[in-house]
Amino acid sequence: MHLEFSVERGDFTKAGEASSQIKRTLKKLNIPSKVIKKVVVALFEAEVNVIAHSYGGNITCIIEPKYIKITVTDTGPGIPDLKLAMTEGYSTATQEIQELGYGAGMGLSNIKKNSDDLDIYTEAGDHTEIIMGFKINNEE
Amino acid sequence: MMEIKKIIELLDAKVVGCQEIENTKVEYGFSSDLMSDVLTLREDNILLITGLSNIQSIRTAELSDIKAIVLVRNKKPNDAMIQMAKESNIALILCNYSMFKTSGLLFENGLSPIY
Repeated sequence: MHLEFSVERGDFTKAGEASSQIKRTLKKLNIPSKVIKKVVVALFEAEVNVIAHSYGGNITCIIEPKYIKITVTDTGPGIPDLKLAMTEGYSTATQEIQELGYGAGMGLSNIKKNSDDLDIYTEAGDHTEIIMGFKINNEE
Repeated sequence: MMEIKKIIELLDAKVVGCQEIENTKVEYGFSSDLMSDVLTLREDNILLITGLSNIQSIRTAELSDIKAIVLVRNKKPNDAMIQMAKESNIALILCNYSMFKTSGLLFENGLSPIY
């Protein structure tokens, strides 16, 4: 199964809509709830990052019997220092974003904690692409 | 574990959003206005205690499998929040107490902290 969503820059009222739709789809497919939680939390963090920090982007979700692969791609401006951005508590979020309850600098590290596989491409002045993989373990 | 109806009684609160989960039980309480921290929790059966009265608190609860939110400091949810809470089967518990008093009362009566 293949799902696609676009994410607009700065539109926090829609933050989580894609994650919510994917959650409903995964529930219908009887994916174990522990797997669903990991997927939607990681995806929600990525979705908020695209809205808060990028020029906009899109989400592609591919669901296979034993694996879920989610690619989140934006159109820029890229992350100058990925290692620093992965540090818990490091944030470049504006006060406006923090007043909404986000921007505590936990996003990328939380994506890492929740995904089984993670690959991030980014460069300052270019775009960012995050590829997250989740194993579907029915025994969990 | 604590039933939602006991929480409502202890906090002298009222419920909007999903009304049908008064017999549902929660095990842990987590007090935060920062949704970034809520998203780091792995446990199930969490009661979220927050003063953040916006659509983001409902969305965060939905995506974290949180079934009940106590909205402290007499914050009023708007129609969009109530609608989203209904659609996501989340109880919004409206309480006039501060976050400190709310947390203290629930802790004293047996609701567990996560850490």
